[in-house]
Amino acid sequence: MTEIFGIPIQALMGQLVLGLVNGSFYAMLSLGLAVIFGMLNIINFAHGAMYMAGAFFAWMGLTYWGIGYWWALILVPLAVGVVGIVIERTMLRWLYQLDHLYGLLLTFGLALMIEGVFRYYYGASGLPYSIPEELTGAINLGFMFLPKYRAWVVVVSLVVCLATWFVIEKTKLGAYLRAATENPRLTQAFGVNVPLMVMLTYGFGVALAGLGGVLAAPAYAVSPLMGSNLIIVVFAVVVIGGMGSIMGSILTGLSLGVVEGLTKVFYAEASNTVVFVVMVIVLMIRPAGLFGKEK
Amino acid sequence: MKNFNKKQICVAIFAALGLAASAQAQVSDNVVRIGVLTDMSGAYSDLAGTGSVVATNLAVEDFKAKNKVSWAIEVVSADHQNKGDISSNKAREWFDRDKVDVVTDLVTTSTALAVMKVAKEKNKIALISGAASTRITNEDCNDVTVHWTYDTYAVANGTAKAVVKQGGKSWYFLTADYAFGQSLEKDATDVVNANGGKVLGAVRHPFPGSDFSSFLLKAQSSGAQVIGLANAGTDTTNSIKQAAEFGITPKQSLAGLLMFITDIHSLGLATTQTMYLTEAFYWDRNEETRAWSKRFFDKQRKMPTMVQAGVYSATLHYLNAVKAANSDDTQKVMAMMKKTPVNDFFAKNGVIREDGRMVHDMYLMQVKKPDESKYPWDYYNVRQTIPAAEAFQPLAASKCSLVKK
Amino acid sequence: MKMPKIHFGYLTLFVALLFAPFIVYPVLMMKVMCFALFACAFNLLLGYTGLLSFGHAVFLGTGAYVTGHVLKEWGWPTELGLLAGTLSASVLGLVIGALAIRRQGIYFAMVTLALAQMVYFLFVQAPFTGGEDGLQGIPRGTLLGVVDLADDQSLYYFVLAICVGAFWLIHRTIHSPFGQILKAVRENEARVVSLGFDVAKYKLVAFVLSATLAGLAGATKVLVFKFATLTDAHWHTSGEVVLMTLLGGMGTAFGPVVGAGVIISLQSELADKVGSLVTVIMGGIFVVCVLAFRRGIVGEASALYQRITGR
Repeated sequence: MTEIFGIPIQALMGQLVLGLVNGSFYAMLSLGLAVIFGMLNIINFAHGAMYMAGAFFAWMGLTYWGIGYWWALILVPLAVGVVGIVIERTMLRWLYQLDHLYGLLLTFGLALMIEGVFRYYYGASGLPYSIPEELTGAINLGFMFLPKYRAWVVVVSLVVCLATWFVIEKTKLGAYLRAATENPRLTQAFGVNVPLMVMLTYGFGVALAGLGGVLAAPAYAVSPLMGSNLIIVVFAVVVIGGMGSIMGSILTGLSLGVVEGLTKVFYAEASNTVVFVVMVIVLMIRPAGLFGKEK
Repeated sequence: MKNFNKKQICVAIFAALGLAASAQAQVSDNVVRIGVLTDMSGAYSDLAGTGSVVATNLAVEDFKAKNKVSWAIEVVSADHQNKGDISSNKAREWFDRDKVDVVTDLVTTSTALAVMKVAKEKNKIALISGAASTRITNEDCNDVTVHWTYDTYAVANGTAKAVVKQGGKSWYFLTADYAFGQSLEKDATDVVNANGGKVLGAVRHPFPGSDFSSFLLKAQSSGAQVIGLANAGTDTTNSIKQAAEFGITPKQSLAGLLMFITDIHSLGLATTQTMYLTEAFYWDRNEETRAWSKRFFDKQRKMPTMVQAGVYSATLHYLNAVKAANSDDTQKVMAMMKKTPVNDFFAKNGVIREDGRMVHDMYLMQVKKPDESKYPWDYYNVRQTIPAAEAFQPLAASKCSLVKK
Repeated sequence: MKMPKIHFGYLTLFVALLFAPFIVYPVLMMKVMCFALFACAFNLLLGYTGLLSFGHAVFLGTGAYVTGHVLKEWGWPTELGLLAGTLSASVLGLVIGALAIRRQGIYFAMVTLALAQMVYFLFVQAPFTGGEDGLQGIPRGTLLGVVDLADDQSLYYFVLAICVGAFWLIHRTIHSPFGQILKAVRENEARVVSLGFDVAKYKLVAFVLSATLAGLAGATKVLVFKFATLTDAHWHTSGEVVLMTLLGGMGTAFGPVVGAGVIISLQSELADKVGSLVTVIMGGIFVVCVLAFRRGIVGEASALYQRITGR
C-alpha cells in the first residue's frame, strides 16, 4: 500500500472526496453571501437560518404533504426565496441608507427568531430525512465506497455554482446586475428597475441557501442548530476569499472543504478550527482576502 | 429581609400550632415542594423534559393514594436549557424564595454539578436522574445528592463487556472531544481490556458535530470489529446513520455507549437492529413496568425513558422518606432515604450508597430486528440482567471524600 | 451646565444600588451588574469607536475560566485571581484585536466572530475548562483576607465597587483626548488618518481596553456564580451583549447598563414561562431596535427630553 506521511493513500483520497462534499456546501453558501453582498452591501447573517429552513421545509413537505425529495429540490428554494423577498420588502430595504452594520444586526436578529421558532416546535434533537431511493447505495471508487448521495451533492452544487457564475458574468441580465452593483443611480437612470433587481437578488441568494438545506437534509440530521454552526465557518470562508469575485467564493469554498478533509486525516482534533487558522494566516499576509481587491 | 421576617413569623405560628397538635408532621410551612429542573427545549427534551414532570406528578399521585398526610405536595418545574448558570440560578431562587425542598432530574452534567453545589450550600436535596457523569459520585460528591438512574460507568461497562463476550474483541472509538466523551471512552477502554479485548485506537470528533463521515472512514480503515460510539444525543444518532450510509455497518458493528430508547425510536429499527445497549429501565420488561408505562403513555403519548422512570422512583422514595421521618429536614430525610431500600417497579432493593450512588440492577438490551417488533415501541430483547453489585463502579474505587476507607 | 444634573443622576443610581440587595434578589442584581459592565466595555468599542465586535463573549469567557482555574486549582487569593483573569483577557484582546483591525466594517465583525469561535472550540476541547461540564465549585475566598465573600451581601458590595470603578474608568476614557480621537475615528476614519494619527494604534488600544474590561466582567461573574461554563464564551452571549448595547442605546454612557438590566431581567422572568421562545423574543427585540429604535432606550429618552425642553 502506498503511503504519504505514513497515511495510506486510500484513506487520503477518501478524505479528499469527503472534503469536497463539505466544500460544496461552503461554496454554495458563500456564493449566496457574495451575491447578496455585492448587490445589497449587507452581510446576511440569516443565511444559515435560511439553509436550516430549507432543510426543514423539505422535511415538512415530506411529513405533512407527502412532497418527495425531487419536488422539494425545486419547491423549497422557491419557498425560501419568497420568504427572503418578504424580508427584503418589509425590513431590509429600510436600511440601505444606513451603516452596513445595521443590516448585519437585523439579519442576526432574524436568524435568532427563525432558529428559535423551529427549536420551539421541533426540539433540538434533529429529525431524520431519508435519502431518496434512486440515490441510495454507494459507488466503489477503488479506494473507498462513495455513497451515491454524496456524489450527487457535489455534482448539483457545482452545476448550480457554475450556472450562477455564468449568468452573472456572461449574460445581459448579469451585466445589468453588475452595473447596478457598481452604480445603482446611473443604472436606474438607464431604465433598469434597480429595486426589483435588489429584491430578486436577495431572493435568489437565500434560495441558494435553501437549496443547500435540501441537499443537506438527507446527509445530516435536520436540526434547528445546523445553520448557525455552519454560518460562522462560512463567514471565515468569505473573509479568506474576499467577496470581490463570484468565482473566488466558489473556489475558496471548495478548497477549504478539502483542506478541512485533509486535516481530519492528519490531526482530527483541529478539523473544526483549521478554517479559522487559515483565516488568520490570510489576514496576516493578504488582509483583503485571496480574491479581494484592496480598496 | 422582608420575606425572611415573614418566614420567621410563619414558622413561629406553625411552631405554636405544632405544639398543640404535637405529633403532627414537622414539615416546614406544611408544604413539600418538588422542583423538576430539566431540559424542556434542548437536545434531551425527549428523554426527560415534560415527561419528567409527568413522572413526578404520577409519583405524587401514587403517594397520595396510599398515604394520608397532613401536608400538601406541590410540584414546580423549569427549563434549565442545559446551562450551568441558568440551572444554578433557578435552583437558588427556588431554595431561597419559593421554599422548594428537593430538586429532581437535571439532565446534563454541567447543570447537575452546578445545582448539587447550590443544594449543599442551602442544605436542600438534589435527586439526579438525567445526568451521566461519574463525577457526581466521585470528585464532586456531597451528602445531599443522590445519583439515581445511571452513569457513564454503568452504561459503558454493561455494553462493552457484553460485546466483548459476544466476540467483538478489537475496538476503535469514535469519541466526542470533550470531558464527557473522553471519560466514556476511558471507562469503556478499561472494560474492554479487562475482558480480553483490544483497543486499536480512537478518533476524537469535534462537539457537537454533524458530519462524521471522515471519522467513520478512519474507524473503518482501522479494521476493528467494533466501533464504540463514545458520544451522546444527536452525535450518536448521526454517527449511526452515516455508518449505514458508508457501508460500514453491518461489516463492522457499532456499540452505542450511551443511548436511550428515544434514540432507537428516532433512528428506526432498520438502522439500529442488533445493537447492544445498557439501560436501567425498559417499559416492556415485566407486568409492573408495563402497567406504569401505560399510565405514563396515556399522559405523554410516548413510552417512558429510564430517566423519566428514575425521576418517578426518586420522587416516590423521597416522599416516603419524608413521611417516615415525619419531617422535611434535609439531614433527617437523607438519613431515612439511605436507610430504606428502594422498592418499586424501577428498582428492587435499590440502595443509596454513602457516595450518593443509588445502586440497582441494570439491563443489557439488544435492539430487535424490524420483523421481530410486533407493536409500537417494541424495540428491545432484554439479554441480561446486570446485578446491582456489578453494574456500578465499586465503592472501593470511589474518589468520593465521604467514603470511609 | 449639564454636568451637575448628570452627577445627580449618578448619585441617585448609586444610592439605589446600595440599597438594592435588600429589595431585589442579590444574585440577580450581581448578574445584572456583571453584564452591565460587560456591555459598557463593549459599548466603548461599538458606541465610541464604531467597531462592531461579534465575538466579545470570548473575553468574558477567558476572564471567567482563568480566574476560576487559578482560584480553584492553584488556590490563589481572590484579588490575584481577578487580576489574572482580567489580564489574560487583555492578552487575548491584543492578539485578536491586532488581527481584526486589519479589516474594516462588516469584515471586522466577521473576523472577530470567526476568531472567537476558534477560541470557543479550543475551550470545548481544553481539559482545564471541563468541556461541557464547566469549571465547578470555584471558591469565592475572602477580600484581603478579612471579608468573607461567601456571604451574598458582602460579595454584592464588592461587585458593586468593581463595577463603579470600571464605570468610572470608562467614563474618564471617553472624556479624555484619547476618547475624542476614538469618536473622530467613528465619524470619519479617513480624516483622522489625514490628520496624522495612527488610527490602527488607537483602535487597538480601544480594543484591548474593551477586552480587558470584558474579562473583568467575566472574572467577577465567576465569583458570583462560582462556576464558569461554555455559555460564557458562546457566540449567543456575544449576540446578547450587542443586543444589550443596542437596546439601551449605543454611544450613550448609561445605555448598556439599562440594556443589560432589561435583557437579564427579561430572561430570568421568561425562562420558565416560554422556554426556548426566549431566543425568538430576543431576536424580535433585535429586529425592532434596528428598524425603529436605533437610538435605544436611553438615546430615545434623552432625545425626547431635549424635545420637551425645547432644545
